[in-house]
Amino acid sequence: MSYEGWILLTAALVGISCGVMGVFLILRRMAMMADAISHTVLLGIVTAYLITRELSGWHMLVGAIIAGLLTAVFVQWLHSLGVQQDASIGVVFTTLFAIGVIMIATKTGNVHLDVQHALMGEITFVPWQTMEIPLLGEVPQATFILSIVLAIVLVMILAFYKEWKITTFDAALAASLGIPVMLMHYVFMTLVSITTVASFDAVGAIMVVAMLITPAAAAYLWTDKLSIMLVLSAVFGVLSAIGGYYIASWIDTSISGSMAFATGILFLISFIGSPRHGFISRYIRPVTLAKE
Amino acid sequence: MSVLKVEDLSASYRKNKVLSDVNFNVKPGSLTGIIGPNGAGKSTLLKVMLELHPSLSGKVSFFDSTLAKTKRRVGYVPQRGSVDWDFPTNALDVVLMGLYGKIGWFKWPSKQDKELALEALAQMGMADYADRQISQLSGGQQQRVFLARALVQDADLYFMDEPLVGVDAATETAIMTTLKRLKSAGKTVMVVHHDLLTVEDYFDHVMLLNRTIVEYGKTDEVFTKDNVQKTYGGSLRWMKEA
Ligand SMILES: Nc1ncnc2c1ncn2[C@@H]1O[C@H](COP(=O)(O)OP(=O)(O)OP(=O)(O)O)[C@@H](O)[C@H]1O
Ligand SMILES: [Mg+2]
Repeated sequence: MSYEGWILLTAALVGISCGVMGVFLILRRMAMMADAISHTVLLGIVTAYLITRELSGWHMLVGAIIAGLLTAVFVQWLHSLGVQQDASIGVVFTTLFAIGVIMIATKTGNVHLDVQHALMGEITFVPWQTMEIPLLGEVPQATFILSIVLAIVLVMILAFYKEWKITTFDAALAASLGIPVMLMHYVFMTLVSITTVASFDAVGAIMVVAMLITPAAAAYLWTDKLSIMLVLSAVFGVLSAIGGYYIASWIDTSISGSMAFATGILFLISFIGSPRHGFISRYIRPVTLAKE
Repeated sequence: MSVLKVEDLSASYRKNKVLSDVNFNVKPGSLTGIIGPNGAGKSTLLKVMLELHPSLSGKVSFFDSTLAKTKRRVGYVPQRGSVDWDFPTNALDVVLMGLYGKIGWFKWPSKQDKELALEALAQMGMADYADRQISQLSGGQQQRVFLARALVQDADLYFMDEPLVGVDAATETAIMTTLKRLKSAGKTVMVVHHDLLTVEDYFDHVMLLNRTIVEYGKTDEVFTKDNVQKTYGGSLRWMKEA
């Protein structure tokens, strides 16, 4: 595949995984948690590197899962001690993130693991770091890992679709029916963590939050059905990721920034034009109602 | 056989003890109103019995067994305000959720499940609203959907937290008819209730609760002015005047 083809494929994979996870993030009112995890996985990545002295995607993935789970556990723990939910999130993630930054600055020396890269991502580098996959040949490592993560996310969401739905909508009923609400919460945090870290190379820690939240928030404006919201959010994610890439090459600027910008534009369009919640519908709706 | 037996139950939110020394034994087939002032611990009692909130001490047995073994037989209707009504789903889907426990892992609701859910909606007079997005239902309609979801669970013991709050007279009648029908089908129902004026009409048993059980028994024996006064303390005065 061409250099640009790999970049577009990677961007699309980020768009789908983040779009799907984002739907549950916003419906579970955990947008803040996405922000937190996108920062704390940095600590996981650095620690994984310090222990293994290797900078492979798989080590990072494991480090990120642990960091993401730790974040979720610490937040839960502080909250159970009486600290407000958003305050607990704020305290936990800034602290873990700070430790990560200090470790990068002091321990990792001159290794290619700079803060800039982790925070901003650099999708243009993705095609250069390849690995050998049987049958497929040379494949960019980030792209391969993203495909695996996307597959895991889709399987988990589809296999437990009704359980995700009920624990999101009515956790008390779910628990009373015997569905393990807490376990699902931690599985969910794990999925958010691996999605986040797999998207790092492409968009970085800061922009991944935009990819997680904004397409889902835009999709929410268009539909009253969870399944359609999931599909729309994934489509919006892909559109923003690919659109962002072209915007960036057109005006020669940061790719991850442009992708996040594109999600914003899509949201704005949705906000103005969506049939149920949008501005325009507010003026049209009385007419359709009168016809009923 | 006992449907629900609670011994020495106590519970707290961190240091704040909310329930202590709670003991009772529920008569099969009874329809109980749980009455008490705001903050008395009514919702907490339901949550602790259902293990949604930890207890400090005590024992709760369902059908002479544990909750884990009898979950299918216990239904719960949370307070309406406890869920997000802007969630992207429709009335039928919410009712179907009552069947998720029965359907089990890795399976999707079948056509038959959908028919059961539709039937339950129809029983609550909501058949025409099956496809309606839940945020576009009135408060009373939302409560009917919640009731339909409980019906579809086909449990033997139901807990309902304030199903009659914020509904109009028609919905109140519809819900009470349903509860009485459940009772005559031999089911046991416990309902958190706020309106003291309707207690005698609606419930054959009353639990007067304020951090512990003040009285629990047959309505005509227990629901006396003295006992109610004892439960509500000073706060009763304005309620009677209103
Ligand atoms: N999540 C919580 N965290 C801390 N304290 C709580 C929590 N929920 C309830 N409480 C406290 O526990 C006490 C009992 O609350 P509960 O909700 O059980 O009362 P209730 O009888 O259901 O009241 P209401 O009639 O207002 O519904 C109250 O003093 C309340 O402040
Ligand atoms: Mg209550």
